[in-house]
Amino acid sequence: MANIFAFAEARNGELRKVALENVTAARKLADATGGEVHALLVGAPGIASKAAQLGQHGADVVMVCEHDGFSHYNPEATAALAADRIKSGGFRAALFSTSAQGRDLAPRVAGKLRIGLVSDVTSVELSGDTFTAKHPINIGKVISTVSIAGTPAIVSIRPNTYSPVANEKAGTVENVAPVGDPSASRVVVKELITGAGGKLDLAEAPVVIAGGRGLKAKENYKLVEDLADAFGNAAVGATRAITDDGWRPHSDQIGQTGRLVSPELYIAVGISGAVQHLAGMRTSKTIVAINKDKEAPIFKVADYGIVGDVFEVMPVLTAAVKEARKGH
Amino acid sequence: MKIAVCIKRVPDMDVRFKIAADGTSLDESGVKFDLNDFDAWAVEAALQLKEKAGSGEVVVLSLGPTAVQETLRKALSMGADRAIHLQADKIPFDGFAIATAIAAELKDGGYDLVLFGKLAPDSSNGVTGTIVAELLDLPCVTAISKLDIADGKGTAKRELEGAQEIVEFPLPAVLTIDEGLNTARYPSLKGIMAAKKKPLDSKPAALGDTTVKVEKLELPPERAAGKIVGEGAAAVPELIRLLQTEAKVL
Repeated sequence: MANIFAFAEARNGELRKVALENVTAARKLADATGGEVHALLVGAPGIASKAAQLGQHGADVVMVCEHDGFSHYNPEATAALAADRIKSGGFRAALFSTSAQGRDLAPRVAGKLRIGLVSDVTSVELSGDTFTAKHPINIGKVISTVSIAGTPAIVSIRPNTYSPVANEKAGTVENVAPVGDPSASRVVVKELITGAGGKLDLAEAPVVIAGGRGLKAKENYKLVEDLADAFGNAAVGATRAITDDGWRPHSDQIGQTGRLVSPELYIAVGISGAVQHLAGMRTSKTIVAINKDKEAPIFKVADYGIVGDVFEVMPVLTAAVKEARKGH
Repeated sequence: MKIAVCIKRVPDMDVRFKIAADGTSLDESGVKFDLNDFDAWAVEAALQLKEKAGSGEVVVLSLGPTAVQETLRKALSMGADRAIHLQADKIPFDGFAIATAIAAELKDGGYDLVLFGKLAPDSSNGVTGTIVAELLDLPCVTAISKLDIADGKGTAKRELEGAQEIVEFPLPAVLTIDEGLNTARYPSLKGIMAAKKKPLDSKPAALGDTTVKVEKLELPPERAAGKIVGEGAAAVPELIRLLQTEAKVL
């Protein structure tokens, strides 16, 4: 029997989708060995109301720590608490998310526990005494299988690789106290600047529409946004060429030095498909490319391609998607 | 202002990688290596901070085989003052093993800032800098795209999914650098000449325990060849049909 720890990420008092993915992945590991899933949820007073959702996705126990010092992400106090709970709980594995928060948090916890970890894994497996994970390296051009000998095995899981699965468990809430005073952290998040309300994020959206140089001018990026609006469940992204030119913020860049996405549907608009861009989106489930150059490398990874002028194709595609999505 | 920048020599990614006969490493023949992009931005950030302060020292550090000295020389030619090479036959995959050696070297160095790139594209873990901060018990801010330092304190911006965080921290601190902070300078001819005479101290790395091990490498399955649905706007109805009935994503 092996119990599994799952960190449940929240922001601004709301659970992130990756929190449910993490609990889902932990449930699979725990079921393989007859163990329990213990989730940790940290936030300002009121966050306990989100614990039920974690139980519904497979958490046997939800450790909840409410404190005013957790109203923004508090890296030092969160890491101290997670490390303490992981150590005292004797967990076989501890799962974090490969999100901005999880990428920050997981190595802090590993450092405190004085062991190694593996980031950005696309699957985890526990078989007997052996914990292994798949971890894409060299911008996804090579897949490594990594074994972790230490206990607990610490990993962060790539978003969108474990879809949340409803799996009702007790979700017993256990209130836990912070380790030290969260208000005394040296590193303090002073402000959280959120974008326009309701806008889906690249890492979580089931559909991603991305634009490249083929759009020719900043104002034409609207074609990408219009198609995203037609889907209603799409986020927008960009190539490095156009974020470097300042058409879009760096946070929208999909690629080797930017964001990694693997949505259900990825639509590349006027993108040639440079290796740096492919690194960020090649694991998308279905890829559509629209480009006027039929030799563009993007067509080598695209499931469906339209060779044509984006200015001609996009308005027609947007109208057709709008029609198809009617009633959704 | 005394700043250490920890840098990594990484393979050029614009190639088709081959797996070596042992099945757990890559065949390096014909692969070019260079300074990691994120680390180049970290070096640039250190140089700018020193220039702004008007005095100080930028020390670059790299762990690995003798070949990493070439990467250190590049950072010296950009303007770093001296270099430390921590010798290891190969660069371990386990970030904890690396961080242990780096922390031991930096511990009594009196650095105001220790900078890392946020990630190396080869091992793709992005954990070394943060673990070093834990081992040295220093404040740490990761993946920063904006930085101001004044009066022994710093303010940084972090990019999140669809949001940003403004973070304050005291010095000394460990920071990891994201894209967007700056554009790295190219070494000048004068810089390249000067770098040859700058001190480069080479010593064995005191690596930490390794618990994370690569068991197998494989190439990902090639995506099945896609199809060109058609040309121009006339192909849109067929694309919609395929997305609905074949891919089932619409």
